[in-house]
Amino acid sequence: MSVLIAVITLSSIAGLFGLVLGYSAIRFRVQGDPVADKIDAILPQTQCGQCSFAGCRPYAEAIAKGEADINRCPPGGTATMLALADLLGVEPKPLAEEHTGEPIKTVVYIDEQTCIGCTLCIQACPVDAILGAAKQMHTVIESECTGCNLCIPPCPVDCIHIMPVKVQPETWRWPLPEHPPGTAPRVSAL
Amino acid sequence: MTQLSSFHGGLHLAGHKTLSTSQPIATLPIPARLVIPLNQHIGAAGELLVAVGDHVLKGQALTKPVGYVSASVHATSSGTISDIGEYPLPHPSGLSARCVVIDTDGKDEWLPHQGEPSYRLLHAAEIRNRVRHAGVVGLGGATFPTSVKMNPAGQIIDTLIINGAECEPYITCDDMLMRERAKEVILGADILLHALGTAHCIIAIEDNKPDAIAALRAALKAAADDTQLGDIAVIAVPTLYPTGGEKQLIKVLTGKEVPSHGLPAEIGLVMQNVATAAAVYRAICCGEPLISRVVTVTGEAVAHPQNLEVRIGTPISQLIEHCGGYLPANPLPLSARADGSPSPQKGAGRPVSQGDTLIMANRLIMGGPMMGFALQSDELPVTKGCNCLLIQNVPAASAAMPCIRCGECVTVCPASLLPQQLYWHASSKNFDQVQDYHLFDCIECGCCSQVCPSHIPLVQYFRFAKTEIWHQETEKRKADHARVRHDFRSERLEREKREREEALRKKKELLAQKAAAETTSGEDDPKKAAIAAAMERVKAKKEQSESAADSAPGKNA
Repeated sequence: MSVLIAVITLSSIAGLFGLVLGYSAIRFRVQGDPVADKIDAILPQTQCGQCSFAGCRPYAEAIAKGEADINRCPPGGTATMLALADLLGVEPKPLAEEHTGEPIKTVVYIDEQTCIGCTLCIQACPVDAILGAAKQMHTVIESECTGCNLCIPPCPVDCIHIMPVKVQPETWRWPLPEHPPGTAPRVSAL
Repeated sequence: MTQLSSFHGGLHLAGHKTLSTSQPIATLPIPARLVIPLNQHIGAAGELLVAVGDHVLKGQALTKPVGYVSASVHATSSGTISDIGEYPLPHPSGLSARCVVIDTDGKDEWLPHQGEPSYRLLHAAEIRNRVRHAGVVGLGGATFPTSVKMNPAGQIIDTLIINGAECEPYITCDDMLMRERAKEVILGADILLHALGTAHCIIAIEDNKPDAIAALRAALKAAADDTQLGDIAVIAVPTLYPTGGEKQLIKVLTGKEVPSHGLPAEIGLVMQNVATAAAVYRAICCGEPLISRVVTVTGEAVAHPQNLEVRIGTPISQLIEHCGGYLPANPLPLSARADGSPSPQKGAGRPVSQGDTLIMANRLIMGGPMMGFALQSDELPVTKGCNCLLIQNVPAASAAMPCIRCGECVTVCPASLLPQQLYWHASSKNFDQVQDYHLFDCIECGCCSQVCPSHIPLVQYFRFAKTEIWHQETEKRKADHARVRHDFRSERLEREKREREEALRKKKELLAQKAAAETTSGEDDPKKAAIAAAMERVKAKKEQSESAADSAPGKNA
């Protein structure tokens, strides 16, 4: 008899919890993948595709699924890779040799003398930073340009050029002083 | 308000103030060429109002303010604009920015202007607007637009503090200004009181400037006899570096602490520099924009240290030339002084020795010895924030040694921070940790670097960390913006694709409908039937003629 009471009690508790959990799974469902969102927030959003994905969001989703490495974002550089390693709790992985230095921020500009107004670059720009219309001169809105260089390959007359972002006195950064001997910086990187 | 409080830490430093206070403020002659940077304040640069080739008058606006935190810049003498372009700025980076170059005509012709001596008739908003267009910014060095600080924005300001502490060694421009233009300071303070709708004002001066205190008290008495003034008090505060820091002076005067990441307005206080108050007086009562300021040219390695009234945009080399140039022209070692302290009077025009080192100008600093920065050249213009030029002989900096964690820096830090921890995390680029240790409460006063027995340039690490964190925040904002743009574009492309498909589908449907209509109506259409019949006939005829042709060769054969 007492065994029966125990079985009934436990079964009803289990059923109750099952209902509560089932209800909350529907009621409080999280839209999207929160991990991918967090990864996407770290990525530099250049949408350049150098990671071999179609943009930052697809790369973030691939990392979240464990299908891609964290060291494939050259514009983000080592800082982004470290932030990703920190977020995901994985070992930092060095970037390819040519991308280990601090990434240089660039934007593009259109040589307006050469531009023929073909609109191919406008179609390639992932952030709508190029202004123009068919057979009209095009120009790059510098403040919107992410430096992804995706507009360069489609240009039939090679009139798009890369230039580094100019450092202004307001955006200038103080350099790190030279370290005292015997106190090599305990940089958390690598 | 008589009970003074004190702040944590601080240093008693040798003042070296008498070097430059022996002579009255001299006015520098008009330079042949003025280079006026367009952005001399914190906030957005104004919109350019002039073009190359324009003739401008003294006091004419070169830019008009754009945005709330902004201020104008003005032509500081009459002349012709010869260029508008990038020129090097007096900035630690040595970078260039847009400047207007004026070739002066020597006439120094004023733009007609008029002030309003009975400023109490003006509305607070009108005073703010005039101050904004007069280009008045904080002259203590921070160059924050004064009109913004004059707007209480809903907060109740209980006391205005006029900062005449001038705590940094060597600098005496505020001291001399208070001595010589005390009335302007007093009336400027009264205008600020009126604009803020505040009842009380404290003018705080370090007690190492008895002449300035006496001059201000006398001027206050004289002005109070003449006109109805607000409640203004001149208070002497103990000399201790950095009493002139905004948060430190507030602690000394009121015992209150400004919240971290907060502004003094949150605790009902506003602070302005004495020179700013004088500039506000000139802007309102005389209608003169901010076109000049008092600059201290001092140090052991300049011939005649003194204070100069300098037009904004004057090359620094001209100030130094006016003060007798760098020392020494011809190095001649003198007898060593026993106490090792320099003697400017004896040294005027001649090299002075300090210990057995010959004093030679090897460093030009803008600002004071504690918070200033070295300039790469003297071919740079004087800006609104330039309070002092210090020409020194500095022995090569001793190499930094490892931190021994003695805690001296903690003892002297006026912001009650832990500089050794900040240093540790800043040097390892651990930017989250430095913020946990309240990096942004650091006022960069330099006390910690001064006392460090290992000669670690602590403040440089803090400046590095601050600018790195700001950079990261800017990058993050840019990335978020790019994400929004990209998402919008993806959505737009998606929508366009959907719309195209929709249109195509509709077209197809329409065609299908038409075709269906045609097939059903085709059966009883007489035209179609006639065509079909004609086709039948043609076909039959063709077959007939073909069979005839087939049989014909047989006959011939």
